[in-house]
Amino acid sequence: MKILVAVKQVAALDEDFQIRGDGRDVDADFLIRDLNEWDDFSLEEAVKIKEAAAEPVQVVVVCVGSEEADESLRKCLAKGADRAIRVWDAAVEGSDSIAIARILAAVAKREAPQMLFAGVQSSDQSFASTGIAAAALLGWPHAAVVSSLTYAPGAKSAVLRRELEGGLLQEVEIQCPAVLTIQLGINTPRYASLRSIKQAAAKPIEVWSLADVALGAGDVGEAGSLSRVRRMYIPQKGRAQLIDGDAAQQAARLAEIIREFKGAAA
Amino acid sequence: MSGILVIAEQRRGELRPVSLELLGAAAGLRRAGEEVAVAILSEAPDRFVAPLSVAGVDEIVTVKIGAAEFDPDIFESAVGALIAERRPQVVLVAHSVDSFGYAAALAARHAFGFATDVFRVERIDGELVATRGGYGQKVNVEVDFPGRDTVLLAIRGGSFKPPEQGASPRVTAFGAPPAQSRQTAREFIELSAGDDVDMTAAEFILTVGRGIGEEAKVAQFRELAEAIGATLGCSRPIADAGWLPKSRQVGQSGKTASACKLYIAMGVSGAIQHLAGMKHVGTVVAVNSDAEASIFGVAKYGIVGDVFEIADELRRLF
Repeated sequence: MKILVAVKQVAALDEDFQIRGDGRDVDADFLIRDLNEWDDFSLEEAVKIKEAAAEPVQVVVVCVGSEEADESLRKCLAKGADRAIRVWDAAVEGSDSIAIARILAAVAKREAPQMLFAGVQSSDQSFASTGIAAAALLGWPHAAVVSSLTYAPGAKSAVLRRELEGGLLQEVEIQCPAVLTIQLGINTPRYASLRSIKQAAAKPIEVWSLADVALGAGDVGEAGSLSRVRRMYIPQKGRAQLIDGDAAQQAARLAEIIREFKGAAA
Repeated sequence: MSGILVIAEQRRGELRPVSLELLGAAAGLRRAGEEVAVAILSEAPDRFVAPLSVAGVDEIVTVKIGAAEFDPDIFESAVGALIAERRPQVVLVAHSVDSFGYAAALAARHAFGFATDVFRVERIDGELVATRGGYGQKVNVEVDFPGRDTVLLAIRGGSFKPPEQGASPRVTAFGAPPAQSRQTAREFIELSAGDDVDMTAAEFILTVGRGIGEEAKVAQFRELAEAIGATLGCSRPIADAGWLPKSRQVGQSGKTASACKLYIAMGVSGAIQHLAGMKHVGTVVAVNSDAEASIFGVAKYGIVGDVFEIADELRRLF
């Protein structure tokens, strides 16, 4: 039995970031990389299923990214993943979420897992589309924004709850294998122990090329994407009127605002 | 390829309000002579004709499907068939949980141009350009769709104004081909565990976020909220950690602060999902130690400082 977990190394921006010379992305020097917050939860969900299963289950994480992503993959290995696969080729540069999904689907074809998990979205680009696009390319059933899951590895179906808007859930039974996009809060992700971090450092990361998953340069990058970044820029933002002074002065002004509101409401 | 097709959303027999915002987006994008059609998928689609009869809509397409509620397989099949027949240039769906479930699948399978979480859409030199946020909404990203005849855009809620009611578009029924689903929807479950607070009715809300750091600090803010007469709310990480019940979560998947007039956000960074539940509030005061926090972008007043210190000082004044 196998569960494949798609993870992404996301990028946050340094305080004084700059847009790249071609105006289509942020200069890479200003990116602070980390494992996507959502992926911590999908990995935990897979590891929990593995731990509760009667039969052996292998949890495999896969990431599309350059060597820099190894750091996030090691984090996953330390938190209970058995294997880590990283797919990369220079041609992947410029891919949108659909081109990335094409690679993930190709990895899933080769690995043949019983389930594929992905985060609902990434904290940097918030596409909320990679996992579900991969499902379509695989031809698998799929469900988005899963906030609870009952699944025994190898079972023909799973029962899950989709988290809808406004505090509403919907329970769904889905045929497996399936692609599920996992929502924050579905579980409590564990911390990696010092021992497991050390062990993970010694584990291999399997590095695959596009050829390893039977894809060509034309399947990825701009050629394999459904959109193209035309321009990236820093927006003019509305700014709050700042309340200055020390904490006591700031609090005094806030108290005034509260009293004005109460006066108006009374 | 011409025309704009909007896919409206319904849940439990009610039209979701974002559907009308999509029609507002379509009205802003349409060129002279270009038709706007809106499709509604339901077991009983006719009941949505009245609420969808708004200015700027030329045609309402009723699509009767064999599912009472959203089903990704059935939606993908029906919307795919409708697009194949109509060949619109632009298809607008909501950037909503239901769309998360099928829009990307539809786009990937048919190779439509595709972008999600779009808050601006325009034609620049005749080319369709969509704008979305990037890097946690720190930048704006313009995307285009070279070589794509049909472009599917998922539009962010709250980005467009709904049009006026009271038009009389023509109504057409579309016969969707029969589709098999690989899943079965069971029941809806309301999240209201163990708390009788109604965030949607509260006029004055004090919300705490990740910035409060640890569960032990919740008590201080609960006491402060009580002292100043506010309803205590929270952002997602606080509810997910179980520090406050889910019923107090403000945001897209939580509650909308519909009746709120004064909203004090303490230690809330301002993720887009949180803003969706409160950015409309008339007076938002944000208290955060990070001067760059997104919450300051929607707040009327901002205090850059230590939330605990401000909370202590404020408590002394009530």
